[in-house]
Amino acid sequence: MTDDSAAAGRMLPGVHQWLARRRQDAGLRQYVVYAAAVFIFALFAVILRDDGFLTASNLLNIGRQAAPIAVMAVGMTFALAAAEIDLSVGAVTALSSLVAAEAVGSYGFVAGAAVAVAVGAGIGLVNGVIAVKVRIPSFLVTLGMLGIVSGIARNMNNLQSLPIRNDTFLAIFGAGSVGPISSLLIWTVVVGVIGHFVLHQLRWGRHVLSVGADRSAAGALGINTDRIRITALMTSAAAASFAGVLLAGRLAIGRHDLGENLLLTVIAAVVIGGTNLFGGRASVAGAIAGSVVMAMLNNGLILMGLRVADQLIARGVIIILAVALSMREQKET
Amino acid sequence: MTGAAGTPALEVEGLCKSFRAVRALDHVALSLHYGRVTALLGDNGAGKSTLVKCISGVYAPDAGVVKVDGTVQAVASPEAARSLGIETVHQTLAVIDPLDVVENLFLNREHTRGGRFGAWLGVLDKKRMRAESGEILGRLDIRIPSLRRSMSALSGGQRQAVAIGRAAAWGQQIVLLDEPAAALGVEQAARVLDLIRSLRDAGVAVLLITHNMDRVTEVCDRAVVLRQGRKTAEVDVGEVTKDDLVAYITGARTGGPDT
Ligand SMILES: Nc1ncnc2c1ncn2[C@@H]1O[C@H](COP(=O)(O)OP(=O)(O)OP(=O)(O)O)[C@@H](O)[C@H]1O
Ligand SMILES: [Mg+2]
Repeated sequence: MTDDSAAAGRMLPGVHQWLARRRQDAGLRQYVVYAAAVFIFALFAVILRDDGFLTASNLLNIGRQAAPIAVMAVGMTFALAAAEIDLSVGAVTALSSLVAAEAVGSYGFVAGAAVAVAVGAGIGLVNGVIAVKVRIPSFLVTLGMLGIVSGIARNMNNLQSLPIRNDTFLAIFGAGSVGPISSLLIWTVVVGVIGHFVLHQLRWGRHVLSVGADRSAAGALGINTDRIRITALMTSAAAASFAGVLLAGRLAIGRHDLGENLLLTVIAAVVIGGTNLFGGRASVAGAIAGSVVMAMLNNGLILMGLRVADQLIARGVIIILAVALSMREQKET
Repeated sequence: MTGAAGTPALEVEGLCKSFRAVRALDHVALSLHYGRVTALLGDNGAGKSTLVKCISGVYAPDAGVVKVDGTVQAVASPEAARSLGIETVHQTLAVIDPLDVVENLFLNREHTRGGRFGAWLGVLDKKRMRAESGEILGRLDIRIPSLRRSMSALSGGQRQAVAIGRAAAWGQQIVLLDEPAAALGVEQAARVLDLIRSLRDAGVAVLLITHNMDRVTEVCDRAVVLRQGRKTAEVDVGEVTKDDLVAYITGARTGGPDT
């Protein structure tokens, strides 16, 4: 592959120069994730063509799988951008599916979603305040919170799933569609566009990046770094809980383990999307592309007929490889 | 131009700051005047940067007061200092690498668009900031290849120039410069001196930390010398030689008319 690109570089000096310039601008790595998405799609389209990878229903399925990952990934992008990390997201997603199911039954679909997201934001607030004010690294605080939230979710309905019968809720947050476009896809795009706008066009987004890049410099310029770090962790938890709403909408239930195992997938999606695991660089569009990559990989492993145990192993290996590769690329520039 | 006789722009009295066993500042007093450049001299570890950080709200001093325009102010945070008109170029520059030049110039002083709602949300007015950045750098004669470059793509001197430009652009009353020319080439360093003169002529009170005695004699009116956290000398630059200054810094001599 390296030989190929070098050869292409010799043949097309223009391309080579363009690549060199992008590299200089530290911009090339931004595109790796899109190339990976296309490559994996093409690969699976060939090797899994007899297993139905390219069927409309399977592609739709990938999209539905990608949606909650992408929503969580957009939130996680802000946590990582601020040089924090939120390990509680999977647990928050699960709890929030239960909270939504509970609240929808009593108060209707708007409250169902709103209460769930508010609970998520509240958990993020607790994470943030403890991490910042008690000065405990966020990976430890959120690891503890992961346990607490999982436990609460398991107690909430005695490990039973809680059915959701509100058709409006299910249509808006799951099964519904606008024309041929699934509502899950629409939500993903909405969250992505908002996330991108917030990161690039809002003062808060630039301050998150500044605090993640150099906390003491940001502080010396008068940025309230505590507030930024807390709100970044609130954002990741709130996004995770909105992913819980989408999972609940898609499956028409709330359950203690919905989305619980997505944590690693989400981190991998964000990091291969070009966000620095240690702060200061972030890409919302990359996180969404990374989520599609991860959803395709999950789907491909299932279609290959791997047993659940082997899927777990394969996914773990892929995640470590993907993150290692993207970090190497990031370090180079 | 307010003379030295007027109310000082900034006064520091009895400032103390310790880091565990290290007395970084021991009852330091200092005053800066509008339209004057004061040098803050001292060997490595004398406490110069610590003093600047106490004034600019990065550190909370253990004791002592800071007065701005004769009024005691609690400079509890960098934001408090900035809103009192105190701008600082820290020794570490405090520039944010992944942001571009414009974003660094306007960091935490951003223009927003979209009226009140836009201001509340913090919707950045990038166009306006870019235009004003061009003006600011042009006025200060600071040359940067592209305003859209991220700071990490700039040379050490260019980064320093941006940090100085930011302080000069926002520092309406008091500008603290911690080694602002350390990474600069001859030409750029000369430009920084010009910049300091133009700040002075505009009536700004400037504090200049430097290890370069030529710069002291070229632009400074007064010099304050710190040694191991204590003020050991305060002199009019016109009345001493460079050798005198070095002697104060090394501790070969103490004193000066005011101490
Ligand atoms: N954050 C800190 N924690 C512990 N000790 C510190 C800290 N900052 C400064 N010191 C100590 O305080 C003393 C004064 O340091 P300071 O940085 O103010 O020196 P300086 O005069 O700016 O020196 P230089 O010319 O090398 O920049 C030194 O002994 C230093 O080790
Ligand atoms: Mg210093």
